[in-house]
Amino acid sequence: MAHHKTLGESLRAHGVSRRGFLKFCAATASMMALPPTMTPAIAAALEQARRPSVIWLSFQECTGCTESLTRSHSPTVEDLILDVISLDYHHTLQAASGEAAEHAREVAMRENFGNYLVVVDGSLPGPDSNPGYSTIAGISNYQMLMETLEGAAAVVAVGTCAAFGGLPQANPNPTGAVAVQTLAGDKPVINVPGCPPVPMVITGVLAQYLTFGKLPEMDQYNRPLAFFGQSIHDRCYRRPFYDKGLFAETFDDEGARAGWCLYRLGCKGPSTYNACATMRWNAGTSWPVEAGHPCLGCSEPKFWDAGGFYDALSVPPGDTGSTLLAAGVSGAIIGGAAAALAKRRQKADLAERQPVKIDELEQKL
Amino acid sequence: MSSLQDIPVHVAAEWGNALPVLHEIRHALERLAETGEARVIDLNAMPFGPGDEDRLLGLLGQGEIEARLDALGVTQIRETAVPGVWLVDHRNADGERLVLHVEIAEVPAILRTQAEDLRDAVAALDARLATGASPFPHRPDN
Repeated sequence: MAHHKTLGESLRAHGVSRRGFLKFCAATASMMALPPTMTPAIAAALEQARRPSVIWLSFQECTGCTESLTRSHSPTVEDLILDVISLDYHHTLQAASGEAAEHAREVAMRENFGNYLVVVDGSLPGPDSNPGYSTIAGISNYQMLMETLEGAAAVVAVGTCAAFGGLPQANPNPTGAVAVQTLAGDKPVINVPGCPPVPMVITGVLAQYLTFGKLPEMDQYNRPLAFFGQSIHDRCYRRPFYDKGLFAETFDDEGARAGWCLYRLGCKGPSTYNACATMRWNAGTSWPVEAGHPCLGCSEPKFWDAGGFYDALSVPPGDTGSTLLAAGVSGAIIGGAAAALAKRRQKADLAERQPVKIDELEQKL
Repeated sequence: MSSLQDIPVHVAAEWGNALPVLHEIRHALERLAETGEARVIDLNAMPFGPGDEDRLLGLLGQGEIEARLDALGVTQIRETAVPGVWLVDHRNADGERLVLHVEIAEVPAILRTQAEDLRDAVAALDARLATGASPFPHRPDN
């Protein structure tokens, strides 16, 4: 757990040549969405960088974010663990279990106090919720987060659950789930949302922190601008069809087969900020829009409660038959309270409704 | 239907995103010729649709030189049919692409001997000279 060697020394000790190191830096620049001209600067910074200790906490989550991380191909997760970071605690990936696992976390915290990174996936029951909803080794998620944050340099909230509450926090939020940033106090928070996030974005954010030793530039939701600075719509290869007014109206019409814009099928690309359109998935093979499916907007706050996935953006959230039906069913079960709430919300939504036509949206964009 | 390949999927030949990149390459090439300034374009950062990359690479064609670098996986370096325009295809140990660069330069940077290696090379050669007393160290005995 000692991290005295610089990354350059560590890689050379593994027999990596300088050309190999340059190649690694070129891939890292691409991963960080930086121009290739930054490669020499990255090489100089990484040469002197020391492996930071990383403690990864998994709370109310589905392990999809870890699944995503382990499919990052540049660097591979093995590279990441062995060469770029020192992953000292991760339930799913570490060999130790039970008391030995918790001991590893405590040792990493003690030895690297003030310097380690905490990565969290999953939201957690807030301080006023029943702690029994989610515990690890008998410790509530809330208690574990707070004691681990104490000596952390920064916290990276991976996935929409950790960043914004995600699915556990979606209506009716039975566990009182909250996002990590609501509990982090004055600790710096980097949000890497997505359901799950693009694997290369997870490793890219860690590599960026390692390379430059400071927090990246972020937007109003604490998302790194390098990955979340542009909308899906602006980087979409189907954008020319949008500009020409050519839209698929159903999933099997002529427009869908010709690859036209999916806006009218509910694509949330214009209001979603993420790197899917350029980084893609499965080792750069494809991404949802390329597969013919609209973007769901999974990297945006409250995307689960933002209305139907297949409603075009100009339809106000909550104004769908399915929402009314769901509200009606739950109302019958729990005595009408939820239905009344849903109807009140829908009324409020309708009052605040600002319909946007495609032409108007185009002018705004 | 016996395999996935039998499913009739029509992929458009290209989406019109290759030509703008080709124009960018042309500007970079002009600059290289006039000022000697090299340029690298990261194709991973391009919002290409299916077929766009093939279209671009097809337009660039195949040149005279191919090189291979074995370091953290294979890197293929080849000059295109347009002199001064190189493709640098970095792969990891599993053969998955890490990054694909179009490098507009006289020689791609990764092919050049690194300055630190040059310094180490003198010491390494000195060590060989010191230990290699015989001018024919590998000469077989008759």
